[in-house]
Amino acid sequence: MSKKIKSITNPKLRLEILTPQEVKKIHNATLWIIENVGVRFPSRRALDIWASHGAEVDAEKMIVRAKPHLIEEALKKAPPAYSLAARDPRQDLPLDGNHVFVGTDGCGVEVIDIQTGQRRISCLQDVADIARIADATEEVGFHWVPVSAQDKPAETRGLHEVKTIWENSTKHVQTESIYNEREARAAIEMASLIVGGKDKLRQRPVLSLMQCTAPPLGQDGGSVEAALVAAEYGLPTGFMTMAACLTTGPATMAGNLAVGNAEVIAGTALIQLAYPGAPVFYAAAQTASDLRNGAYTGGGPEDFLFGAVTNVLADFYNIPLSMGSFATGAKEPNWQAGIENSLSTFMASIVMSDMLLGVGFLHGSRIWSFAEMMMDCEIFSIIHKTMQGIVVDDETLALDTIAAVGPGGNFLTQKHTRQHMRDVFLPEFMDRRPYNEWEERKDNARDWALEKARKRLATHQPDPLDPKVSAEMARIIAAEEKS
Amino acid sequence: MSEELFNAMAQSIIDGDSDVAVELANKAIAAGVDPLAAITDGFVRGVNQVGESFARGEAFLPELVMAGEAMKAAVATLEPEMQRRGTQRQMLGKVVLATVEGDIHEIGKTLVGTMLSASGFEVVDMGVDVSAAKILAKVKEVDADIVGLSALLTTTMVKQKEVIDVLDKEGLRRKVKVMVGGAPVTREWVQKIEADGYSEDAIGAVAVAKQLVGKA
Repeated sequence: MSKKIKSITNPKLRLEILTPQEVKKIHNATLWIIENVGVRFPSRRALDIWASHGAEVDAEKMIVRAKPHLIEEALKKAPPAYSLAARDPRQDLPLDGNHVFVGTDGCGVEVIDIQTGQRRISCLQDVADIARIADATEEVGFHWVPVSAQDKPAETRGLHEVKTIWENSTKHVQTESIYNEREARAAIEMASLIVGGKDKLRQRPVLSLMQCTAPPLGQDGGSVEAALVAAEYGLPTGFMTMAACLTTGPATMAGNLAVGNAEVIAGTALIQLAYPGAPVFYAAAQTASDLRNGAYTGGGPEDFLFGAVTNVLADFYNIPLSMGSFATGAKEPNWQAGIENSLSTFMASIVMSDMLLGVGFLHGSRIWSFAEMMMDCEIFSIIHKTMQGIVVDDETLALDTIAAVGPGGNFLTQKHTRQHMRDVFLPEFMDRRPYNEWEERKDNARDWALEKARKRLATHQPDPLDPKVSAEMARIIAAEEKS
Repeated sequence: MSEELFNAMAQSIIDGDSDVAVELANKAIAAGVDPLAAITDGFVRGVNQVGESFARGEAFLPELVMAGEAMKAAVATLEPEMQRRGTQRQMLGKVVLATVEGDIHEIGKTLVGTMLSASGFEVVDMGVDVSAAKILAKVKEVDADIVGLSALLTTTMVKQKEVIDVLDKEGLRRKVKVMVGGAPVTREWVQKIEADGYSEDAIGAVAVAKQLVGKA
């Protein structure tokens, strides 16, 4: 099995979505919000850190108001580039602004069973199956915890999940499912077993932690404390805003960006105040709520624009970005899923967002579909190819070949064609068959994608995790469950 | 005079203007208008109109919520006068709402509260991160018909079950209906924890609540 990971790099396409003045305006608006409105940090520890650095802390409401220079100076300490380490070092992911990697999406609650096709509550075995397939899929660069292991106790669920992913894949694990300090410490113990000591995690962070903010202008206390623990050991950590126009943010996109930006950079600044130089990333999945029912939409033009604009902000702060794309609200893999996931991922890719989350979900990141996972991977491959643009040089202009063929004739028999034919993209899931061939079977992309996932699950053997490490991880979890 | 005032009241709800609604409520009290009439013939007409245009796809969620807020403000203004007169508004039922322990996500729960109170339920909103014990105490205190429990995380969703268990232990389970909500909540989960109802959005929650109190 190839250990290759597909990433977009050295793109020829680009997009200018905001002028530098507009970026500055959003930044200044954000600083105004943090200074005057404040951000809620419901964590004693976080409030103490803010207070000791001179921020104004309303202890009762747990709201922090900080002067612009405090935020700006703190953010300057964040490293601009670093790598996410994988269990197999050949699969490390440089977050250097010149790579776009895709992960599996995360936090789902249901799965369309890979064998029966029935929708059901997610469990730990699903986490294992998805990780195993992702391990064999070159488009997937790293893992989020794809679905919730609801057959495990809530207090240690996040630990069972990361252990299972490590047992089924050598790729980097980023968890978005650890919400408190205690579980974070246990997860770090587990990660240290892979690299041979906690002191090695700084060099080889095989785990990173993503935390959700609580928009508008709030944080979850446990999540903030988990992020602080990650930073203490040099594990990359990021705050993700999901501010949604109309409900958790203003109806206007600029205002929504400012609200989300305030949450993210306030959280990021806190990390830098506590642990200067700790690796951090920006994370976002802003959207617009549906006008009729207020639902999370996971698609539509607003999502596409948020997808493209957020990396401009992350670049402004000079930190990597983890961006939500592929978050279709479609109930099954269909027209809507194709449009939403293609456009959101294209817009987030063309600006070179470092991490994209992620493949595999339906119904606004709630229902896992193995077919959707594979089709999302093909969407990424199409965008990967598109981003390479058109190379114009003597070889690609092919004048000798054109002259050899002359008017009429064809290029099929040319050596030049043979040399370059594999540059042409060959889709796996697009139906280009003759009509009558389709008519005989009436099968389609969903069938082929599901078949591919089934085959991978049945045949792929990931490099095993050392059984001793596995047993030790189990011991850590058991100890947590007892205490 | 009354007809004109009632029309203005309805309009203040349609406009979602709480300030005007409160002003008109005070005007009605000063003019000696029966507060129950002000609600039924004035403000409620506005709520119904917004509801109807929402159903036709002409009004959107923010208008619905603003109408609900304006209605709440108007009723709160009229409340002391109703008490003074010894009259009471006929309510559909009493609902205790909370986001469960360990969970700070507020917006969905608050939205449900606004929709329920605009639809004629009495709503006691306990806020976020509320323990099962506190919810139980409140249910007893106000003699609730329905408990609404919100959770956004699969790890906190389990607390919905805990509340149901506590109600069960206290012998209140048959008397108090439990409805649950939040992004991770599914039909299967609802069946598993034996809740009485759930909805994926705030508008649907009203229909579920009405059904649970037999007023659908």
